Amino acid sequence: MNIRLYMAQRLSAIIMIPLVFGHLGVMIYAIQGGLSAGEILSRTQGSVFWFMFYGLFVIAVSVHGAIGLRTIMSELLRWNDIALDAIMWGFGLLSIFMGARAVSAVTWL
Amino acid sequence: MANTNDTMTVKVWRGDKNGGAYQQFVVPRQDNQTVLDVVSWIQQNQDPNLSYRFACRVGMCGSCAMMVNGTPRWTCRTHVNKVLDANTLVVAPLRNLPPIKDLVADMDPFFDKWIDAGGHHDPSASRYDAMPQIAPDDAQRAVANESIECINCAVCYAACDTVAHNENYLGPAALQRAWTLYNDEKVNDTDAVLAAVSGKGGCHNCHSQGSCSLYCPNELNPMRAIAGLKAATIKHQLKRGR
Repeated sequence: MNIRLYMAQRLSAIIMIPLVFGHLGVMIYAIQGGLSAGEILSRTQGSVFWFMFYGLFVIAVSVHGAIGLRTIMSELLRWNDIALDAIMWGFGLLSIFMGARAVSAVTWL
Repeated sequence: MANTNDTMTVKVWRGDKNGGAYQQFVVPRQDNQTVLDVVSWIQQNQDPNLSYRFACRVGMCGSCAMMVNGTPRWTCRTHVNKVLDANTLVVAPLRNLPPIKDLVADMDPFFDKWIDAGGHHDPSASRYDAMPQIAPDDAQRAVANESIECINCAVCYAACDTVAHNENYLGPAALQRAWTLYNDEKVNDTDAVLAAVSGKGGCHNCHSQGSCSLYCPNELNPMRAIAGLKAATIKHQLKRGR
């Protein structure tokens, strides 16, 4: 962990704080009235707001999780720097790819 | 000697860098007895081959720290009464440092990291310049003063789980020293101090578990010093980026 990774992880955490609460609120709201998947999609598809909300969430989660995983592997298994950077980038890019697919499926028309 | 109320069981780690095991001794109990007294009694009365390290015996020099019942402590100021568990003491060399022999740990990694963290004085003035005037109640000086009572005993280093899992991590004592230097007006290049603690093993590896501050025998707060370094390095980085 150097200062750049540290700052990226803290910054992504700061971004995630309101997004996590927003996500929890949306989940609770969505199931209260018994919204169907179709009704949810009709609200999210074509919505720039939800695209930005969950798009930013996916990026922040991917950055935060990848750096965290790097630290865990470093301290738990004592991998070398090459292996640590490989798993960090691999996990981060995979998370962004999978997250972007989900966000596009829910918010694009 | 049988183990009675007047005696206690003391298990002492014997060995070297290749490994070792605990050897059991029965030691007489005395009023106001310290753990260092116990180790000295064993060396003087039971086994003169027992190796351990001490100097001042009054909590000044920082050389007698050992693991006592699993906890790092300065043994010269640790009363047996306070740490005895089931009438037994388990004494071992400091954790996170390679053992040399018996209770003597190799302090080289600890002091090497002290240097790596920039822990030397880089003066801002020569002997021909006037002494800088620093008011004792100056806020920055007060922060620098918080950590100057460190005796380099390595108790915090032995207590730190991050040190245990990350061999590059500079550790609480070295980072606390860097924080003192950063806040010392007489230090020439504080940017160099921040650079020294921003690398691979730097202050950003700290998980703020707080064992350093919990076990420091002088009741210093290395965790707060490290938090200060984290904030200072981020401010410095943001300023540089502009």
